Amino acid sequence: MRVIVDQDKCVGSGQCVLAAPSVFDQRDEDGIVILLDPEPPQELDQDVRRSAMVCPALAIQITD
Amino acid sequence: MTDTSTQIDPDATDPQATALTAYPMDRDARCPFDPPPELRRLRDQQEPPTRVRLWDGSNPWLITGYTDQRALLADPRVSADTELDTYPHATEATRARRHQAKTFISMDDPEHARLRRMVTAPFAIKRVEAMRPAIQRIVDDLIDGMLEGPRPVDLVQAFALPVPSMVICELLGVPYSDHPFFQRNSRILVSRDQTAEASVEAQLALVDYLDELIGRKLADPADDLLSKLALEQVATGGLTQHELAVTSVLLLIAGHETTANMIALGTAALLEHPEQLAELRETSDPSLVSGAVEELLRYLNIVHSGRRRVAAEDIVVGGRTIRAGEGIILANDVGNRDQDAFPDPDRLDIHREARHHVAFGFGPHQCLGQPLARVELQVAYGTLYRRIPGLRLAVGLDQVPFKHDGLVYGVYELPVTW
Repeated sequence: MRVIVDQDKCVGSGQCVLAAPSVFDQRDEDGIVILLDPEPPQELDQDVRRSAMVCPALAIQITD
Repeated sequence: MTDTSTQIDPDATDPQATALTAYPMDRDARCPFDPPPELRRLRDQQEPPTRVRLWDGSNPWLITGYTDQRALLADPRVSADTELDTYPHATEATRARRHQAKTFISMDDPEHARLRRMVTAPFAIKRVEAMRPAIQRIVDDLIDGMLEGPRPVDLVQAFALPVPSMVICELLGVPYSDHPFFQRNSRILVSRDQTAEASVEAQLALVDYLDELIGRKLADPADDLLSKLALEQVATGGLTQHELAVTSVLLLIAGHETTANMIALGTAALLEHPEQLAELRETSDPSLVSGAVEELLRYLNIVHSGRRRVAAEDIVVGGRTIRAGEGIILANDVGNRDQDAFPDPDRLDIHREARHHVAFGFGPHQCLGQPLARVELQVAYGTLYRRIPGLRLAVGLDQVPFKHDGLVYGVYELPVTW
């Protein structure tokens, strides 16, 4: 899977970091998303999909 | 209180409706943890959306389904601007405050994003996790006090309210000794039954208090968030001192009533489900506690007056067109009881996967303080029942004063003993 994040849409809720902390982080200055791993390993599939689902800003896109 | 179950003649703006139900509806006092029966009935029969009648006679649309709520709350064609003429205000008091002390929660992007981003950093996951030991100390000290004090005791005053109040004071740099002042005023702001004058006065008093405090932080900065924001934003011209004071009122009070109500109401709900309470008391698994927090947020959904918006353009929902300018109410309490999103939704189940609930809302306005609320609730639920294993209600559940008249739901008091 490939992951794309939209930092302009992100509202810094941190939900993605809770669901998949090895894939997403937040900028120190304003809490906006940082993508750590754009091609996460398969065992994180469910966690990453959950991150996209709970993101309130719809700022995470997944392509298979 | 008005009789909210009364059927009222439809407004001329909605000729299709035969009768409009007044909103919000009353809960059934025998089921204090469930949304109002009338609201659940509307959810069950509602396709397409219907209009409801508000206190001022206006007829906004009511959205009850989980999927529709998420879609609308994240839709850029929906406005949160409380100054729009057709914004569906919760009370006369909230309407009276609409031009005063406006914060980013009542604005649309891009202004909303600009202002929200100024205060997002302290609520980032890592920053909040770093506060966990301090929160644990606050929780442990309050429980020490309960164990040394008389029984029965009111859990709201002894524990549920001081926990979030002390935590946010420490974070912002507000003296906790001033809590009688700001707790009294924040209670007025979240009541459904306050006059417009009292509500306006309470908000102005809080803004003045924070404005004065920020002035002192500018002159003599400390290691706290208000000092940091004062130096970063006010000293550089990003915000005026008054604008920062207005935002700081939001930060100070938003986490008070909400987290306090979740701690006390969650405890009342768990005491009614003793086998699940026992699991929480005995577990050493933090994921069981964090899962229980999500489920209690879903099940109790204390923001029970609906999230309120205005359509900025025509939007089609469930085959009906919501016209530009019409008000929309998103009833997240029944959204969180939607069986398409949560199987067997009316059952409290701490093992459920509930993280996709809408208790914090959805879309760009989703609660800013949610990471802090989560950690506070994890520490509170994870510690209180373990340290006071015999905790029980000191009165019958039917004697507990629930906040039926609150903009935010909860209990006024929770007498407990052990």
